[in-house]
Amino acid sequence: MTGMVRMMRLARGGAAWLALAGATPGMAGQQAAPAPTPATGIAPYFQPAGATPGAPDADGFLRRWLLLEPIVKPNRTNTVFTASYVREALGKEYFPGQFTATPRDGQIVNAAEPLRWHALDSNSFDIKLFNLAQGLGKPTYGVIFQAYTVVDSPREMRDVRMAVGSNAASIWWLNGKEAVGLFNDRRMVMDDVLSDRLTLRKGRNVIRGAVINGPGLSDFCVRFLDAEGKPITAVSTVLR
Amino acid sequence: MTRHILTALALSLAASLGLAAVPAAAQLQGEPFIHDPSTVTFSDGRWYTFGTRQGGLVSDDGWTWRSGPVRPGGGVAPDVIKIGERYYMAYAVGGGGMSGGHASQVKIMWTLSLDPKSPRFGYHDVGVVASSDGVETADAIDPAFLLADGRLWLTYGTYFGPIRVIELDPKTGLRVAGNQPVDVAIDMEATAMMYRDGWYYLLGTHGTCCDGPNSTYHIRVGRARSPLGPYLDHMGTPLLKGGGKLVVSARGRDIGPGHFGLIELPGGVEKFSMHYEADMDRSGRSVLGIAPLLWRDGWPVAGENVAPGTYEIASERSGYALGLATDFVRIPFDARRSFMAKPGDPVAPLPDQTLAQDSAGWPQGRVRVDLADYMVRPHQLWTIAPVADAGGSFGAPYYKLTIAGTTRALAATAAGEVEAVPAFTGAAEQLWRVDQLTDGTYRIMPKAVPGGRTGLALVAAGASTPTLAAFDPISPAGRWTFRTP
Repeated sequence: MTGMVRMMRLARGGAAWLALAGATPGMAGQQAAPAPTPATGIAPYFQPAGATPGAPDADGFLRRWLLLEPIVKPNRTNTVFTASYVREALGKEYFPGQFTATPRDGQIVNAAEPLRWHALDSNSFDIKLFNLAQGLGKPTYGVIFQAYTVVDSPREMRDVRMAVGSNAASIWWLNGKEAVGLFNDRRMVMDDVLSDRLTLRKGRNVIRGAVINGPGLSDFCVRFLDAEGKPITAVSTVLR
Repeated sequence: MTRHILTALALSLAASLGLAAVPAAAQLQGEPFIHDPSTVTFSDGRWYTFGTRQGGLVSDDGWTWRSGPVRPGGGVAPDVIKIGERYYMAYAVGGGGMSGGHASQVKIMWTLSLDPKSPRFGYHDVGVVASSDGVETADAIDPAFLLADGRLWLTYGTYFGPIRVIELDPKTGLRVAGNQPVDVAIDMEATAMMYRDGWYYLLGTHGTCCDGPNSTYHIRVGRARSPLGPYLDHMGTPLLKGGGKLVVSARGRDIGPGHFGLIELPGGVEKFSMHYEADMDRSGRSVLGIAPLLWRDGWPVAGENVAPGTYEIASERSGYALGLATDFVRIPFDARRSFMAKPGDPVAPLPDQTLAQDSAGWPQGRVRVDLADYMVRPHQLWTIAPVADAGGSFGAPYYKLTIAGTTRALAATAAGEVEAVPAFTGAAEQLWRVDQLTDGTYRIMPKAVPGGRTGLALVAAGASTPTLAAFDPISPAGRWTFRTP
């Protein structure tokens, strides 16, 4: 059993007795990322984003996103994702315009290696980042994903909350301001962490998100809840 | 006796008993080291549970556990169910991220005994009933059985993909022909199912395992009207979207509970097994845990063994308190002045009745006990404490019950009645098994009754009369509540 496997087991439990044998305090370190797996396609999980504005699903989950191929950030375990670590890791600029530019489908950014943005509609309420990476033949473990979408609101909406679940840790910015942070080794649970009450502007509202994961599956879900906690569906999502 | 004195008495008693050295009531005795325990199963007069790798634990009483059971096949996280004469065992080989992948097979075998020394012991392979191919987002490990309404279900899966349910043939253990797995949850592993009052409950473990005292493992639950879902939690959140109502999490010195297994005991008592990722009193090693299972508004939740301390013991039948059947000693009180006093007249606290005041007329020898209005009097205050090295029963140690500040101990009599003896001797009739019931009240049973009668519990035969009788799970007469004074 390799150290990598032990770390995977540490991070993702299961019938994990064998992980005990390798559990040492030094496990939180980094190592080289695993080699990319052959591309298997993303069809079961995503389809190209439609030409017309997207709508949240019946539960308000935003399904249309621009997703960047993963940035390699090796981590052998998810137990290192303290708020301090995540803020540093996700606050770092990996490519020019990361926090300001408007990405577009097919655009390639110059991170440590060229990475492509993909405009996609998710076939499920959660955006399955692991399957995106696996489908594209990219690294699935020890990575950072970038997500971008624009919520077009027909009117100003006050006292709403952004509700996020992610696996593992993540940070989400609304109109350039951090709104939600999910830290530590998290599972993806709907409505896991909610923002403070905030205002959706009439018109464009830009959401940027970054998800960091060591070993194991990775995904996220985002929706807005109104002041009564009901999902907001009367908005659209655009990718421009 | 003031509350401060009571506290001091409890503390001094705890110190004199060396309670600090006695493991917490929720911890088991022996060498209960295991990870991923199977459902605790009775075979050949003993209780068995099996864990990852080939080992397991066995116990005569459910309290003290030791190594010994064996099973072939290796692999991880087995589960056991008895159907007819057969003990079916499911276990997984591969997957779980071991060897770098998630290709795994859930296999079934059966034996007629779990005791390796029994002539009926011997495993027979049934075959593979579920698998994951290592490419799909699924991991076929952590199987668990449920037999309900004559149909046999099996859940399996981990965080790497969904939890799935398949149906097996209870006559053979094989997969029902044409049956397809159904996804029922995410974010779970080490699942188990229960069936109660028309609801199917899916329990599973959330959080991080295998990190000792840093493991965030905890158990959650959802329920559905069909074994195939949809499972929702108490907030209506689907388990397929990460929902789950908390059943048990870290408590005291026990960290990271996971891998639920229902234990149904006679008398309607329900408990559950699990492992704690870290027993803080045992070097942070993974150990078997057993806790009471409560049902609140249709949801299972972990109960607790009664905590050592001084309590009123109240009957659920009458609400009266168990106490020594001694003469009532009045607290001096000027009733006329009380009723005639003006609102603005000065007031002062009345002292509690002291043990010396109450006990001045108590007989020196044995004293019968009865049930009476609770008046916060010393003869109604019972100190409950686990008895070191006296054994226990199914997740709880044997306790002694003494009148606070005295040596007078509750005891069973040969006639099947209850009394307080002058001093605790450790005799079996002075040791009490205290099991929390599904409604949060407790059943109180002597370890033994002089003369050999067994299976008796403390029961309110009348509103004011306690006795020992068979426990009726649907009657309030055998249910007791420990209330702080």
